[in-house]
Amino acid sequence: MENDLVLRVVGKLLIPFILLFALYVQFHGDFGPGGGFQAGTISAAGIVFHALVFGLEQTRRIVPDRLVEAMLAAGVLLYAGVGVAGLLLGGNYLDYFVLDPDPIHGQHRGIFWVEAGVHITVCGVMLKIFYMFASRSQRKDDEA
Amino acid sequence: MNLVEHLPALQVVLPLLSAPLAVLLRHGGIAFAVVTAGAWAAFATAIGLWLQVGEVGVISYHIGSWAPPWGIEYRVDRLASFVLLLVAGTAAIVLPWSRASIEREIPRELHYLYYAMFGLCLAGLLGITITGDAFNIFVFLEISSLATYVLIALGRDRRALTAAYRYLIMGTIGATFYVIGVGFLYLMTGTLNLVDMAERLRDVESSRPVLVALAFITVGVSLKLALFPLHQWLPNAYTYAPSAVTAFLAATATKVSIYVLIRFWFSVFGETLIFERLPLPEILLLLSLAAMFAASFIAIFQDNLKRLFAYSSVGQIGYITLGMSFDSVSGLTAAIVHLFNHGIAKAAIFLLIGGLVLGLAKPGGAPPAPTFDRLAGLARRMPLTCFGIVIAGLSLIGVPGTAGFISKWYLILAAMEAGQFWLVGAILLSSLLAIAYVWRFVEVAYFRPAPEAAGRQEASLGLLLPAWLLVIATLWFGLDTSFSVGSAAEAARFLVKVGG
Repeated sequence: MENDLVLRVVGKLLIPFILLFALYVQFHGDFGPGGGFQAGTISAAGIVFHALVFGLEQTRRIVPDRLVEAMLAAGVLLYAGVGVAGLLLGGNYLDYFVLDPDPIHGQHRGIFWVEAGVHITVCGVMLKIFYMFASRSQRKDDEA
Repeated sequence: MNLVEHLPALQVVLPLLSAPLAVLLRHGGIAFAVVTAGAWAAFATAIGLWLQVGEVGVISYHIGSWAPPWGIEYRVDRLASFVLLLVAGTAAIVLPWSRASIEREIPRELHYLYYAMFGLCLAGLLGITITGDAFNIFVFLEISSLATYVLIALGRDRRALTAAYRYLIMGTIGATFYVIGVGFLYLMTGTLNLVDMAERLRDVESSRPVLVALAFITVGVSLKLALFPLHQWLPNAYTYAPSAVTAFLAATATKVSIYVLIRFWFSVFGETLIFERLPLPEILLLLSLAAMFAASFIAIFQDNLKRLFAYSSVGQIGYITLGMSFDSVSGLTAAIVHLFNHGIAKAAIFLLIGGLVLGLAKPGGAPPAPTFDRLAGLARRMPLTCFGIVIAGLSLIGVPGTAGFISKWYLILAAMEAGQFWLVGAILLSSLLAIAYVWRFVEVAYFRPAPEAAGRQEASLGLLLPAWLLVIATLWFGLDTSFSVGSAAEAARFLVKVGG
């Protein structure tokens, strides 16, 4: 696929929009279908698309393995961190009400960061799985 | 922020936080420090909760400040705090032990992932125990199970992979059954909070969906706790997992599942439904007896020491479920106390076997499987390790002066109380089988001559100390039962009263 001109041009055009759409799904999750999980898979799909069109090595240069693994952990840490922030501000664990003087605004703030954490981890996990399977088949090709 | 008030949340959050931190830091040594600190903090929290329950009774903690039944409630009563102590305590002892052992069993670049998985597994098991929300139990069940599959697959033997895969299939079926059951309960009651669910169930108790839910939950959880015919995943998983993982899982994973079953039977569905309207106690009695005899019998003929004690675990779980089947305070006391006593004895045995296989390994090489031909005359080479296994083995048999005797004593009391004297004979007879399999080890290690004359070559202090701590605990809880039996009896009185 790497030599297909049409795919390369369309891919280059589409990938930014896929990533942007992921952000739309992320932030529209409060009001309609969507949220961190769906957005995380969509942004991972954008990167996987890049790997399919331009080859795994190219993508690995942009999104290296280390970053993927860090994303995996950072998202969970962010989610749990929101909970700890609630504790430190005098509420219970995962209490969003205390995150802002205005409790409703506090709820928005809490869910914003929690969803961001979900997005990062889900995206990281999808990419990690893809990288692992993709590099496996490559290794087999090398042997053959 | 008042720390004491937030202990229920910290109980789960501290080990949970340690796992992603370990992944981010990517260094075996630092990951070890972080996750061990998390486990010790969890142990301290569990002690704090146990004391707090003694003062104020049931603790209810509202996650996110949403009041139950809408929000998720963490609920700590005597039983929960007792199981929390067992799980967190085992992790606090096994983790420092595992440092030296995984050095030889797991490739170095995977060490930080091993610690991360251990932290996740611990957080999941603690979460199952502490939460008062049926769906939350499922979430934590998945967290701990997925981490467990990875931990088992880390074993050196290639068969560890198939063992982990088999457990994955069985465990997933169990978790799915559980969640289907919860779905039916939600359908009938409109709530997921266990306390609220128990109240609402009284109106719809014997309707068909509730019975279906009971069946699904019982079978699903029984898969996870390795009740006799559903134990097929357990022997291979225990045999091929890394030593530290085997020790941790044997003491905690099946025990937490038993806790869930007790929770659902006694607190949610209620004793009237389980023990009076349905033939469940008879079924459980039969399966327990089958486990006690068949699994212990199979254990005698195993060639691999780890596998032998894995089958013994299935048999010992039979004693726990036997105690549950009586529906009496003394029966449930026996079940809960044996859950604890067997947990520490088995953790001690598997830790000592771990030290033993490291001693058998060639310098720098991978530890071999502890088959009996390799163990000949080992007591002269590793006297402390072998003596520890014998003492913990005596606890499995139920010799007076060890913790196992206490559990069997209460079990026999419960059987006599129920007027089933033949069961006393069955319990004693099955103990004879335990003598047989422990004796096999004694005979090989103490009386068979070693193939080559080797000097004393004891396991290192870092491996001996945690294991012996558990061995001494088995002796301690055989003599001073105020903590173990005291907690178990209090929990049993509370549970039986609530349902009745």
